[in-house]
Amino acid sequence: MSSLLEVSGVSVSFDGFKAINNLTFQIGEAEMRAVIGPNGAGKTTFMDIVTGKTRPDEGRVLWGEKSQSLLSMSESQIAQAGVGRKFQRPTVFEDQTVAENLMLALKKKRGPLAVLGFRASRADQDKVVELAEEIGLSAALDRKSGELSHGQKQWLEIGMLLAQEPRLLLVDEPAAGMTPAEREHTTEILVEAAKTRAVVVVEHDMEFVRRLNCKVTVLHEGSVLAEGSIDHVTSDEAVIEVYLGR
Amino acid sequence: MTDTTFAPARQPIVKRYPVVLVFLGCLALFTLGVTILSEGFGIGVISTSFVKTLGKTLCLCLVALAMDLVWGYCGILSLGHMAFFGLGGYAIGMWLMYARTEIIVVQSLSAAPLPPTAQEISDGIATQIFGVVGASEFPPIWAVAHSLPLQLAAVVLVPGLLALVFGWLAFRSRVTGVYLSILTQAMTLALALYLFQNDSGLRGNNGLSGLQNLPGLGHVPQSTVSIWFFWASALALGIGFLLCTWVVSGKFGSVIRAIRDDESRVRFLGYPVEAYKLFVFTLTAVIAAIAGALYYPQAGIINPAEIAPIASIYLAVWVAIGGRGRLYGAVMGAAFVSLLSTYFTGGQAPDINLGFYTIQWVNWWTVLLGLSFVVVTLFAPKGLGGLFDLIAARTSPNRHGADLGPDVGALREKEAEK
Ligand SMILES: Nc1ncnc2c1ncn2[C@@H]1O[C@H](COP(=O)(O)OP(=O)(O)OP(=O)(O)O)[C@@H](O)[C@H]1O
Ligand SMILES: [Mg+2]
Repeated sequence: MSSLLEVSGVSVSFDGFKAINNLTFQIGEAEMRAVIGPNGAGKTTFMDIVTGKTRPDEGRVLWGEKSQSLLSMSESQIAQAGVGRKFQRPTVFEDQTVAENLMLALKKKRGPLAVLGFRASRADQDKVVELAEEIGLSAALDRKSGELSHGQKQWLEIGMLLAQEPRLLLVDEPAAGMTPAEREHTTEILVEAAKTRAVVVVEHDMEFVRRLNCKVTVLHEGSVLAEGSIDHVTSDEAVIEVYLGR
Repeated sequence: MTDTTFAPARQPIVKRYPVVLVFLGCLALFTLGVTILSEGFGIGVISTSFVKTLGKTLCLCLVALAMDLVWGYCGILSLGHMAFFGLGGYAIGMWLMYARTEIIVVQSLSAAPLPPTAQEISDGIATQIFGVVGASEFPPIWAVAHSLPLQLAAVVLVPGLLALVFGWLAFRSRVTGVYLSILTQAMTLALALYLFQNDSGLRGNNGLSGLQNLPGLGHVPQSTVSIWFFWASALALGIGFLLCTWVVSGKFGSVIRAIRDDESRVRFLGYPVEAYKLFVFTLTAVIAAIAGALYYPQAGIINPAEIAPIASIYLAVWVAIGGRGRLYGAVMGAAFVSLLSTYFTGGQAPDINLGFYTIQWVNWWTVLLGLSFVVVTLFAPKGLGGLFDLIAARTSPNRHGADLGPDVGALREKEAEK
């Protein structure tokens, strides 16, 4: 399998503190990957680097079949290239309705002039309704997203992520604040998505990760500590020491 | 239920936004009323000078619309939009002054035995216009002052280009929030200081005057001219309102409100945020310039003091008092505050004698305005526009005291509508 994203030798430090230390990571076209690690391991910072929010001090981040460097691209260019991201803290546009949030995310031309002349077609509207159904928010389409519960906002953000139709989904702690049934549903959505695209899920909840049934990467102090199946990493001495044994 | 969400998007804008129809209706009625009551076209209850005041107020409403678009919707607290307003005024003022002086000079030279050469006429005009600053030649920026179409183009192009270049530099370096506001203040201050110089080419602190006299229409009384400008201002405000409503409705409006509340999140959706900001900043600068070009012929005079930083701060105050983030709120704020301001500072308001101290409104008005700004910001953040929510029984989402976005320009919870 050719790799979609290739991160190699990346380091970044904040005021002398090395948050990411010589990190190397690869993911293929249609692959699911779970990333686990203790608090402060650098999981979110890793996503920041891939999405262009944080510039690494050294290393390479290559994307797609042309091995394009993401480091010279702006956040919006990276997103347009096909990297979608769900944040750890749900961030939706609170002053706008669920429908507007989804419409914003829908994969369409992003330039100001194109957007100024944009008219939602029947197909676009159907797509929004379909997405809302999938994330259980059909009844809330006209509600301001600021009124939604924490869990519903998580859902909305997942919906927005799917609406973007990215080639790579970076999902930071999707199940936080969800009921067990909702977690189940999230798992289904992510597994379904991973059939056609690459998905990276950061999660603390081991049960959740186990259900994803995929390769796991363990981060610790900014670099990869172990990689393999969930059973492999959970039996790794070093992993047990820094993460599970606490 | 999906129909309620989307179907209206297919109807014309006035149907989707009844407020547009209400607004245009009110504006039309107001225009008709003033015309009927005016000296020029009606029964003469309203004096010509008051017609001019009302016409100027409409222009201020138009620039307030622009301010609301850039600040209330896009979250860019520009404290420099009155500079664009002033530049628009200067651009039209140059033609007005040139063309009228030309007529006077040609007239006075026609008495001479030999017909005057083009050079003599040009020199005559230059001496007339620049005598006050001790010059007698046209500065290069007056190159096209003889041409109305070209000066009209300058009304749009000069402020538009300034906004484009300034915005490009500022947004590209991701200057936001307070720093951007300070930068815009610096821009307007620099421009005012430059224009104050006698060799700026725009008559220094004398500014341009006599702008109320339309060249070639000296026989038309001011009572008539004032109504013409009043109509033009009302028309511009109506079109401006339609344009702004169109821009903020639909997906573009959705994107800029998202930028206001959480700019970085918008970037991760793939939108080039800087391009949007630049677009809105430049568009609103052009609207402001057109408003200025209609305002100063009614005011009769423009000088660099009009571009002073405080003018742009007042503009923000009007929009805040009217209620940012809704277009009719900005119009209400500008109309209400500027008319009140005319009343209090014009010496019409009776002084209040407290026995030990006499409150003279000319001085105390600014204090009152400042206080009401503070009160509105603290206790009624939706401003005057919020009064309509009482009728419409709107409620706000409960955010438990948190703002609607992490950015400095984000709506506060108290400002949000349901
Ligand atoms: N912008 C920043 N400035 C300074 N330090 C930062 C910055 N971003 C992250 N850090 C630090 O880098 C380290 C890694 O943070 P990161 O958010 O990536 O951890 P994480 O693995 O996502 O943790 P959690 O499980 O708590 O979300 C932390 O020690 C954090 O304090
Ligand atoms: Mg994190």
